[in-house]
Amino acid sequence: MRVTFTVNGREQQADDVWEGESLLYVLRERMGLPGSKNACEQGECGSCTVRLDGVPVCACLVAAGQAEGRDVVTVEGLAGDGLSAVQQAFVDAGAVQCGFCTPGLLVAADDLLEQNPSPSDADIREGLSGNLCRCTGYEKILDAVRLAAARRGEGA
Amino acid sequence: MDFLRPAGWAEALAAKAEHPAAVPIAGGTDLMVEINFDHRRPEYLLDLNRVAELQEWGTDGGSVRLGASVPYARIVAELRGALPGLARAAHTVASPQIRNRGGVGGNLGTASPAGDAHPALLAAGAEVEVESVRGSRRIPIDEFFTGVKRNALAPDELIKWVHVKKATGPQEFSKVGTRNAMVIAVCAFGIALHPDTRTVRTGIGSAAPTPVRAAAAEEFLTAALAEGNFWDSGRTLPPALAAQFAELAAGACNPIDDVRGSARYRRHAVGVMARRTLGWTWESYRRGTAGPTRGEGAA
Repeated sequence: MRVTFTVNGREQQADDVWEGESLLYVLRERMGLPGSKNACEQGECGSCTVRLDGVPVCACLVAAGQAEGRDVVTVEGLAGDGLSAVQQAFVDAGAVQCGFCTPGLLVAADDLLEQNPSPSDADIREGLSGNLCRCTGYEKILDAVRLAAARRGEGA
Repeated sequence: MDFLRPAGWAEALAAKAEHPAAVPIAGGTDLMVEINFDHRRPEYLLDLNRVAELQEWGTDGGSVRLGASVPYARIVAELRGALPGLARAAHTVASPQIRNRGGVGGNLGTASPAGDAHPALLAAGAEVEVESVRGSRRIPIDEFFTGVKRNALAPDELIKWVHVKKATGPQEFSKVGTRNAMVIAVCAFGIALHPDTRTVRTGIGSAAPTPVRAAAAEEFLTAALAEGNFWDSGRTLPPALAAQFAELAAGACNPIDDVRGSARYRRHAVGVMARRTLGWTWESYRRGTAGPTRGEGAA
């Protein structure tokens, strides 16, 4: 089947999509957007997190046909001319090790700070509870979100 | 495989009537896992995301009419006051990403004994409204679960709404797992005090082939509260009474040993959760507050 939806502000189309295919597969394999990572394929790890009509979801659990006509933002859509605030904070805080979980964490953290510009540590832990990282022990990731929140606060 | 994409409820019912084997997909948080892992290859997928009424909730007098696809995140945010037990259970579901997609309709459709919504729906005394082109009917939650991952739906029926009475007293939900997020319940317990009818209802998850009520525990407690005039006096419950309630709740379990926990552990933990949640809800009742009995974050 053919699937058409908006990705990072641009309308995109994919043909010959299998009906049981996930949004994640379409993004990575048919639209050339490999930023969203394919790890667990069961919604456990969050590395495929994208925004669907503004709401963070696991792209591996959205059927491709369900995205028809909708608005998707992937990690590739976070940066403008330079890195986004959250991306810069991850770099500065050393929150990236192997990097595989990073795209999902960036999308989740970006949404968290949009919903809650000055989250408590408990808010951050809950906001990122759907994203697994096996390298960092999470401390630097928490630092990065705190840093991004503080910079947003200063900028406001 | 065919992907059916009805634009509204009537179209969805017609599609389900024409293709009874079609598998409904809403949040996809259960079904897509099975498809991704090649455990299931439905002939037809019936996408319900375009059916607007499934995404809405409203009130009918003293009840909330909850659309099958209202995501858990909205239940937590919008229904904490009216449906505190269900909201608490919804908050323990998986992760923010999953709570943004999954809803009670999918939980009921899958009918896993471990579904987080089930103990809360049993304790509240919910009714599931299902519909087909033949008409609609309301199934009491006590009759909904018919076996392991089986429910009372006919092949041409779809779940439309869940009717849940607004809380008239404190409600709680407790769940055992290895961490606070992303866990399937080892076992779970829901309790609702109903001061309007002077009854108590419960629900047990992951400790029997289906979600079940602890009927003997409910009967014992309802009778003991009446005999001791506890509803009027608001006295503290004697520890022996709570202990008896806990023992009867544990006795309602019919668990198995599996990778998540042993049968013996599940029975024990259900008893502990029964005693604790009774304590929390009763203290809340005594203080004259309805709704959730503890702060957020402790599930």
